[in-house]
Amino acid sequence: MHPGRYQGRGTEMMPINARITRIVDETPSTKTFFLGLTLDGKPGQFVMVWIRGVDDIPMSLSYPDAITVQKVGDATSALFKLRKGDSVRIRGPIGNGFTLSGKSILLIAGGVGAAPLAPLAEEAKGKKIKVKTLLGAKTGDELLFVKRYRSAGDLQTATDDGSEGYKGPVTELLDGLDLREYDQIYSCGPEKMMSRVLEVAKGANMASKTQFSLQRYIKCGMGICGTCCIDPSGLRVCVDGPVFSGETLVDSEFGRYARDASGRKVRL
Amino acid sequence: MDLTTDVGGLKLKNPTILAAGILGTGAASLKRVVQHGAGAVVTKSTGVSPREGHPGPVLIKTEHGFLNAMGLPNPSYHEFVRELEMAKGDVPVIASIFGSDAREFEEVALGLSKASPDAFELNLSCPHAEGYGATLGTDPRKVKEIAKTVKNAVDVPVWVKLPPLANIAEVGLAAQEGGADAVVAINTIPAMAIDVESGYPILGNKVGGLSGAAIKPVALRCVYELCAALNIDVIGVGGISSWKDAIEFIMAGATAIEIGSAVHDDINVFRNISKGIMQFLEKRRCTLDGIRGVAQK
Repeated sequence: MHPGRYQGRGTEMMPINARITRIVDETPSTKTFFLGLTLDGKPGQFVMVWIRGVDDIPMSLSYPDAITVQKVGDATSALFKLRKGDSVRIRGPIGNGFTLSGKSILLIAGGVGAAPLAPLAEEAKGKKIKVKTLLGAKTGDELLFVKRYRSAGDLQTATDDGSEGYKGPVTELLDGLDLREYDQIYSCGPEKMMSRVLEVAKGANMASKTQFSLQRYIKCGMGICGTCCIDPSGLRVCVDGPVFSGETLVDSEFGRYARDASGRKVRL
Repeated sequence: MDLTTDVGGLKLKNPTILAAGILGTGAASLKRVVQHGAGAVVTKSTGVSPREGHPGPVLIKTEHGFLNAMGLPNPSYHEFVRELEMAKGDVPVIASIFGSDAREFEEVALGLSKASPDAFELNLSCPHAEGYGATLGTDPRKVKEIAKTVKNAVDVPVWVKLPPLANIAEVGLAAQEGGADAVVAINTIPAMAIDVESGYPILGNKVGGLSGAAIKPVALRCVYELCAALNIDVIGVGGISSWKDAIEFIMAGATAIEIGSAVHDDINVFRNISKGIMQFLEKRRCTLDGIRGVAQK
């Protein structure tokens, strides 16, 4: 959160073997893997998951003891083939996570970006903080953690095809809200969606009260290799993030481009 | 106390340099390291074409240091030249480059020259990329040929980064004969780790290179031998995390030092080491030149 503060200690934890105790099909493209161990993490933090012989990938915690994964590439496809009783190697929790504050908060989640925000919604509810969630997905059956968000507070949904809730981008639901009613705004999802959230928040003079969870190509997950650094601050998404204040992201690469595995810039 | 250091054709405000491969992918992170006191920075190694690098895990922490097998990921010099241009600023920026032969090294050096790096560091020492790095750096004839080719092609200093070898002085002499302005020693030491739960080698590439405190004594011996044999500057790197480590390397004869793994615990390591060196010198009422190489007895 603070550009001047450097973490590293949080990454010191040695990796541990985790046996998958339960797999839940959440939506047609996402599954939750319960890992049979409680990681002492906070919402927004992530773990490096080594799928042996395949790759080591960063995954947000969706519960204190689980990750929720969308099938997008080789590593996640290999993870989807694992069964109860199989194991993966876990290192973490890593990164800063969300900072919960205020009496009333707004969450804007898109797609699998709903995974790290759901435990935040539950933590907020436990602390008697009022939670309002705007949840978006391509289709109704891809809306993730609807029950969890509904039981944590007020929920409005949006889908691209209109199969459930509002038809259109979830950010259009912001038009009907007065952002000043919220002490803090949290967002995770496709970056175009998040950059729109920041734009709207900036317009309401609330950029400093926003927190975004960024996705970048993370390789080492220890703050050493530099693959996930963002322009122009040079902050490392893996250990200085993955959650950044909107204030830090204004006039940055956020919403415009990211780098691929080789370091080439890719337009979003 | 003045820590200004002339090393390998460059003038540095202090002798601490960011080592190649650490936070050197982009201009933004290089600049951030400069803000934390580095006297110069070396970029991530760049080659002729984009490489994604090895599958993960690419870096693991062991009880004795870090093991890495990044696999030379880079966007190619065509794209990196813009990043290099932006990285230029208050302190010298040294472009680390790699290739499979002298011709490729020359192509990358010429391509990056458009961004006017202050020097080049030739990666002849990466231990885990087949056909590159240490594959070439163990052969004195190739080291000489590559150093000579790049030196003739560019008009800035050329440094050669060496692998940890038993006969490192021989390879260092080859770099010197090729016209190198300095040698940098050492790169990581070939190493591996195995997951006892599954029997899998942990690194995606199975084998990689060891860095961190564990390799300091090895690096120190290499620097000591290079300093005794060579006339050009030697830059020490390997397991340096404190001012005491840095002083050891300077007493072995190193002109400057590079820092890599220690950035993990504290990105302020550059400033802290400079401060520590300064206090040491003030207490002893001597200068860097006064203690350099005193261990060469």
